[in-house]
Amino acid sequence: MKKPYLRAKSAFSIDEYPDSASFTAGYLTTSNGGWRSLRPRPDASKCVMCGQCYLHCPDGTIYLDDATGSYAVDLDFCKGCGICARICKPRAIAMIPESAV
Amino acid sequence: MKNLDKNEYFFGHKACAGCGGALAVRIALKTLGERAVAVLPAGCMSAVGFNFPQLAFANNAIISTFAGTASMLTGIVSGLRARGETGFTAVGFAGDGGTADIGIQALSGAIDRNDDILYICYDNEAYMNTGVQKSSLTPFGARTTTTPAGDRIRGNIREKKRMFEIVAAHGISYAATASVGYLRDYVEKIRKAAAVRGAKYIHVLAPCPTGWGTGADETVELAAEAVDCGLFPLREFSDGKFRVTIRRTPNAGAIRAHLARQGRFRHLTEEDIEHVISLTAARSNHL
Repeated sequence: MKKPYLRAKSAFSIDEYPDSASFTAGYLTTSNGGWRSLRPRPDASKCVMCGQCYLHCPDGTIYLDDATGSYAVDLDFCKGCGICARICKPRAIAMIPESAV
Repeated sequence: MKNLDKNEYFFGHKACAGCGGALAVRIALKTLGERAVAVLPAGCMSAVGFNFPQLAFANNAIISTFAGTASMLTGIVSGLRARGETGFTAVGFAGDGGTADIGIQALSGAIDRNDDILYICYDNEAYMNTGVQKSSLTPFGARTTTTPAGDRIRGNIREKKRMFEIVAAHGISYAATASVGYLRDYVEKIRKAAAVRGAKYIHVLAPCPTGWGTGADETVELAAEAVDCGLFPLREFSDGKFRVTIRRTPNAGAIRAHLARQGRFRHLTEEDIEHVISLTAARSNHL
């Protein structure tokens, strides 16, 4: 799966600014994980693999993990909105306060 | 839905948690794939997608002038054709203000020329990017910073502009309304539109937790509810004919509940709510 990803470099010096109006697509330098006050925790044993959480995530942070075969959350970019937990019919996603993690 | 592109083309953006517009853009790009060229005017999705040096789009994307989404789409189609490119989709994502107020003449011109473009209006019912000002797609009664709720005037006194009918009145090749609460229907309409040669328009309802005064997790539910209670009918226009794709009879109780859960409608009196219900019923008869 391809998606925009975090680059190691986070700051730019003035002579590195592009000299035209175009720039590399899919270039990220900061994560959004710190926005979150609640964290989704999917429970694979309750999951029915309908993929509704993956479809409805406005940030596209839920993905099918090929290693485990179940849905996982990219916590670098999840903002903790809770749409996934609400859309989930079998209630397999719990929203846990970040302070409790 | 299973054969939707697995790649993410709109990811790592700075939209508020629970953004309906971001969901609409993400799903549209997953449907259209890597060969989509996105054009975004000033508005939420350009403000959250392009924060130099970040670029949250994985496909080609460009910011246009506020009024020029559709004309830039025309230019991109002609430019890519001149370079011999094929198999691409030029897609525009403009908000309700960028479509129904500021960008309407460029859109009208592009539809008139029947250029091969797909224009998607993500409708969050006000200028949310600049702090919730009324647009012509703000519904009756909604409180915004420019239509505040007081004793004499309770929010927006005007009805929502009938943008879908205006677009259809051009005799456009394909137009549809959609909702992020009905993603399957939305994806089907994008696929249908992408297969048509000529100008296409999709109007997608995209709730905004910040501007609507609702919880971040309620976005999808609200978008589905707006369709179910009859406030936002899902329709299609092609070959000169209107069709309703998901038919719902307006339900006064459901409309009442839908309005009551949104902060922007909390000030409405019984009389105002009756007015919304009668407007909805009248529009439904018209369908």
